[in-house]
Amino acid sequence: MDIQGIPISAGIAIGKAFLYRGVPIESSCAGNGSTADPETEKNRLEQAVIEAERQLSELIGRIPAEDGKQEADILNTQKYLLRDPEITGAAAEAVEKRYITAEQAVTEAVKESAAVFAEMDDDPYLKERSGDIEDIGRRLLSILSGSCTSCTLSDLPPDSIVIAETLGPSDTVQLDRAHTAAIVTEHGGSTSHAAILARTMELPAVSGIQGMCTLVSPGDTVIVDGCTGQVFIKPEPAIIEEYTQRIAAYEERKCELKKSVHAPCRTKAGKEILLAANIGSPDDIDRALENGAEGVGLFRTEFLYLDRPAPPDEEEQYRIYRTAAEKLGERPLVVRTLDIGGDKEIPYLHLPREDNPFLGTRAIRLCFAHPELFKIQLRALLRAAVYGNIKIMFPMVSSADDILTAKRFIAECARELDSEKQEYNAKVETGIMIEIPAAAIIADELAPLCSFFSIGTNDLTQYTLAVDRTNESLSALYNPFHPAVLALIRKTIEAAHKAGIPCAMCGEFAGNPKAVPQLLKYGLDEFSVSVSVLPETRRLIMDTAAE
Amino acid sequence: MVQQIITVKNKIGIHSRPAALLVDTASRFKSKITIKNGERSALTTSMVKLLALRVKQDTEITITAEGEDESEAVKALSDLIESNFGEE
Repeated sequence: MDIQGIPISAGIAIGKAFLYRGVPIESSCAGNGSTADPETEKNRLEQAVIEAERQLSELIGRIPAEDGKQEADILNTQKYLLRDPEITGAAAEAVEKRYITAEQAVTEAVKESAAVFAEMDDDPYLKERSGDIEDIGRRLLSILSGSCTSCTLSDLPPDSIVIAETLGPSDTVQLDRAHTAAIVTEHGGSTSHAAILARTMELPAVSGIQGMCTLVSPGDTVIVDGCTGQVFIKPEPAIIEEYTQRIAAYEERKCELKKSVHAPCRTKAGKEILLAANIGSPDDIDRALENGAEGVGLFRTEFLYLDRPAPPDEEEQYRIYRTAAEKLGERPLVVRTLDIGGDKEIPYLHLPREDNPFLGTRAIRLCFAHPELFKIQLRALLRAAVYGNIKIMFPMVSSADDILTAKRFIAECARELDSEKQEYNAKVETGIMIEIPAAAIIADELAPLCSFFSIGTNDLTQYTLAVDRTNESLSALYNPFHPAVLALIRKTIEAAHKAGIPCAMCGEFAGNPKAVPQLLKYGLDEFSVSVSVLPETRRLIMDTAAE
Repeated sequence: MVQQIITVKNKIGIHSRPAALLVDTASRFKSKITIKNGERSALTTSMVKLLALRVKQDTEITITAEGEDESEAVKALSDLIESNFGEE
C-alpha cells in the first residue's frame, strides 16, 4: 500500500513498523481486576516499581549532559512520582485491602492523581504534570503486562520505523536514537517537536497520514521517503528493490555533495551568493556550518517559548543569543523576533482563540500587544549583539508604521540599557520579513526603512493565493510558482536593490531545486534554507549561469 | 510539635525540582512533617501532594513536624526554602 503524507524531514529508510501508542490508561486494563491472592499482586507491583526505577535511571544516564537538562528534569520528577505514597503507595494499599490486581490498582491510583493536576487550568506547569503521572502509569502497566514493546520508545529493535499518532517531548526524550530508522506520525506539521527532532537527527520523517496506526501492524515492512512524503506499507519486492537502490543513490549523492560544501558559493557567471541556514536553536549551528552555511538567515525564536510553563527571561535569552552569535563569529545571525499566534499553544500567554489565527494577532502584532514580552527579547538581542553579527528581523510587517513602531521599541530598550549602564550594541541592523502581499506591493516604500529584506515564501504564498497551507485538501492549490507569487517576489527584490539593500529568502522555496535558478535570475542575494538541503542548494547555485 | 511559618521566595514556587528537594530533605528525619498552604495540607513524603499545594512565589506556608527530631527537621526544611532551593 502506498500512502501520501507531508514530508517533514528528508531521507529515505526501509525498516520494520514499531507502533507507539500513548495508550489511554483506562483502556489498557483488561478483566474485572480482582484477585484472590493480594500477596502475589503486591509483590508484582513492587517488582514493577523496581524495574521502572531501573528503566528511568538508565534513560537519565543516556541523556547528553550539555543539552538535556529539561529532559533529565522530566525523568527525575517521574522517579519521585514512582515512589509517591499517593500513587504506588495508594496502589499497594488498594491491592491489599480490596483484593484487586496490581494493574487495576495502578490504573485507579494514576487516574486519581492525574485528575487533580489535569484540572489546574490556571497553572499550565502543574497541568502538564498530569502527563508525567500518566507516563508513570503507562510504564508500570507495560512492565506488569510483560510486553514493553508498544509502550516505550527507549528500547527499540534495530531499524525501527516509529509510527505514532503524535510525538511529544516526553515521548521523544526516551527515543532510542540508535535504532530509529524513520518517524511517521498522524498529526504534527513541519514545526512540531517530532519534526524538529527528526531534522536535527537527520532522520527521514513523514507526517499527516490519518489513521496510520490502524493501517499498519507491528513488524510490517515499511518504506518512508521523507523527501516526497510517500510511505509504503508491506511493499512488493520490486518496490523494496527500487528503494534499496534509491537509498544507495541518495547516500551517494549526499556524500558527493558534502565534498563541495565549502567551495565558494557563486554562480557560473561569478555572482557571489550568501548561503545561510534556518535554525531553531544554537545547537543546530554546528551542523549548519559543517554543511556549508555562511551564516544563519533565520533563527526561529518561537521554539524558545514552546513546551514550557513561562516565557524565557532576559538572561536566558541573552545567553542563548550570545552563544549562537559567538559560534558564528563574523558570520551573520539573523534573529526573527517572536513569531507566534493563536494557532500555537502557549498556555502561559493566555491567547484568546481566534477564528482566523493566520489573519489574527500573530507575530509582530502580538509583540506590539504584549510590550513586556517584546522588550525582554529586544533587550536580550541588543546585549548579545556585542558578541557577534546579530541582525534583528521583524515578521508579519504590513506597513511602514509597523517598522517605525518596532524601531521605537528598540530605541526605548536602548535607552533603558543606557540608564542601567548595561553593555549593548547600538548599531544592530534591522530588517523585515516580506510575507504579507501588502508589504511586497509597497516594498519600494519599506526598503528605505530597512537594512535588509527576507522573503518568507510559505506565508507569502498562502496569503497571496488565499490557501490555508495547513489544509491538506487544498495542497494542490498551494503553489509558490503561481505567477502572482513570483511577481511579488520579483517586485520585492527589485525594490530592495533600488534602495541599495540585500534581499534574502528564508522560506522553503529557497531550497526548492526548481526555484533556485529562477530566484537567481530575479537577483536574489541570499538563500537561507534548512540544514539538510544546504549542500544541494549550494550545488544548484554553482550550476546556474545567472549574473 | 514544632511549627514555623515561612514565605516561599523562589521564582517558580514549589514546582518539581523544589518539591524533589523537599522530599529528599524531609526523608532524612524520623518526624512526621506536614506543609500547609491555607486549607491545603501535604505530607512531605508525597511529591504529588506537595505540587498540589500550589505554592507560588511569595506564598506563606506552615511547616509542622512531630517526632524525636522535630526541631532539626523544621530547621532543615526552612533553611532549604530560605536558600530559594539553590535557584539563581
